[in-house]
Amino acid sequence: MITTTGLTKVYRSGDREVTALDGVDLHVREGEVYGVLGQSGAGKSTLIRCLNLLERPTSGTVTVAGQDLTALAGRGQRANAALRAARSHIGMVFQHFNLLSSRTVQDNVELPLEILKVDRRERSRKALELLDLVGLADKAGAYPAQLSGGQKQRVGIARALAGDPKVLLSDEATSALDPETTRSILTLLRDLNRQLGLTIVLITHEMDVVKTICDSAALMKNGRVVEAGTVAELLATPGSELARELFPVGGEPSGEDRTVVDITFHGSAATRPVISELARTYNVDISILGAAMDTVGGKQIGRMRIELPGRFEENVVPIGFLREQGLQVDVAAEAGPTDAAAIPAPAAPLEKEAAK
Amino acid sequence: MQPLLYDNTLDTLFMVWWSTFYAVLIGIPVGVLLHLTGRGAMLQNVVVFKALGTLANVGRSFPFLILIVVLIPFTRLVVGVSIGPTGAVVPLTIAAVPFFARLVEAALREVDKGLVEAAQAMGGGTWTIVFKVLLPQALPALVAAVTTTVITLIGYSAIAGAVGGGGLGNLAYTYGYQQYETSLMITTVVELILLVTLVQLLGDLVVRRLASRGTRASSVRVGLRRARSEEPAAVTEAA
Repeated sequence: MITTTGLTKVYRSGDREVTALDGVDLHVREGEVYGVLGQSGAGKSTLIRCLNLLERPTSGTVTVAGQDLTALAGRGQRANAALRAARSHIGMVFQHFNLLSSRTVQDNVELPLEILKVDRRERSRKALELLDLVGLADKAGAYPAQLSGGQKQRVGIARALAGDPKVLLSDEATSALDPETTRSILTLLRDLNRQLGLTIVLITHEMDVVKTICDSAALMKNGRVVEAGTVAELLATPGSELARELFPVGGEPSGEDRTVVDITFHGSAATRPVISELARTYNVDISILGAAMDTVGGKQIGRMRIELPGRFEENVVPIGFLREQGLQVDVAAEAGPTDAAAIPAPAAPLEKEAAK
Repeated sequence: MQPLLYDNTLDTLFMVWWSTFYAVLIGIPVGVLLHLTGRGAMLQNVVVFKALGTLANVGRSFPFLILIVVLIPFTRLVVGVSIGPTGAVVPLTIAAVPFFARLVEAALREVDKGLVEAAQAMGGGTWTIVFKVLLPQALPALVAAVTTTVITLIGYSAIAGAVGGGGLGNLAYTYGYQQYETSLMITTVVELILLVTLVQLLGDLVVRRLASRGTRASSVRVGLRRARSEEPAAVTEAA
């Protein structure tokens, strides 16, 4: 649905150059919720603004719904009619809502329709229908200043949907909201994704957002995408930073000559008593350093950090047993230099997977 | 004394009204253009921005008394006379345009960039952004700018009066000052003070009404607003 290739954005101020995006290849499939994670300054805000060309990339291409936006002309800041038409079918919601305080809620939702030159009766009908969809039918006549943050964002979402978009871009849409409101907005986005088949790209610095609604995610650092894939793929990738962040399990080894192993359970494996089987079969003492169960992307996932007595070489057999059970096993890096080689690479390069 | 005061009050109102009218008519487009052509703005254009900016600065730095004299040939060309209230409207307008245009530019600068970005993301062009975002959002600040301009023009009109423009300034100068009618002079000054106070109060009231949209609005007022529904009309009303 959205593909970027070699997207680069360099800002020049005087003789200083700042590279905000450094060759970003993104692939968002139709109908998925795609999260772009990163700390502030990682370039995610620039990335999402390049997707509807609010920022013109220095080089690279952006294709949305089969249309190459970068090919549409528009000098400098100015956008030509073709690009403006394309934009009107890409919805966008903002961290600070960006509602016009001079207009009522209904008039705010009607603004994109005015731009599309929809006649007044149709505008009104559509705006009220959208407000009903986001659960604000009774606030049509109110002004933004009379609404709570969550309500304002609902208006922002209704407004973004006015042009019947296939794609919704969300720029930190929940970052200014409290946890409970964040959840309700995310639920709304999830529902819209399912009901309307809306493809959603959201940028966020909150791991919880990705955990709650994303099908796929990318991690950005210094203008590059360092990891990308579906949430399941990421969790199955050894050493994945996103997986670790999505699902942190803490705990330091209790002493030397110990092997620390991270185990990830997916689906049916999550319910089997593998640890006690391991202890009985090999007669080893296992300490659990940390563990967590959670639902990520709608699937039950468990993660556990355990400690086995002895060095890695002495534990090859029990670790092999765990792998045989269909579990994903990562040996913590500090245990020994040979480990990296010992871990098979299960998921082939994720980019390839994502390109299907 | 009474008919004299009455006639001259009308002259002052005439001068202030028409010069404000033309200053707003010309000043809003100039201010919008200044805003749009500035650095990093939508229609960034250094030549236009610099030219307009220089013109505005020159206009604002001219002492008003000298401006009147310099403009005499131009005034005669435009309105046929160079004295009296009609003749005074031209220099008053010329003095007020750069002043008001800068106020407009400043008012537009205060509009949240995020709103402009949102309108762009919806596919809005420059026209949409100016008429549906910038001007309506800046409306309270624009009304405040008009208020300040009116008050400045009341002061200027008194200067214009002293050099043959008619109005309260003329009255205070010729009768009050030159003919030692102190009571008339004081009356005139008091009237000017009342006029300025009235304009300021009125302006502040409108600004407060506009700025508090939604924050204090009772359901009754919201209802009225909805009934009126054609919001863009408000812009032209203010102009």
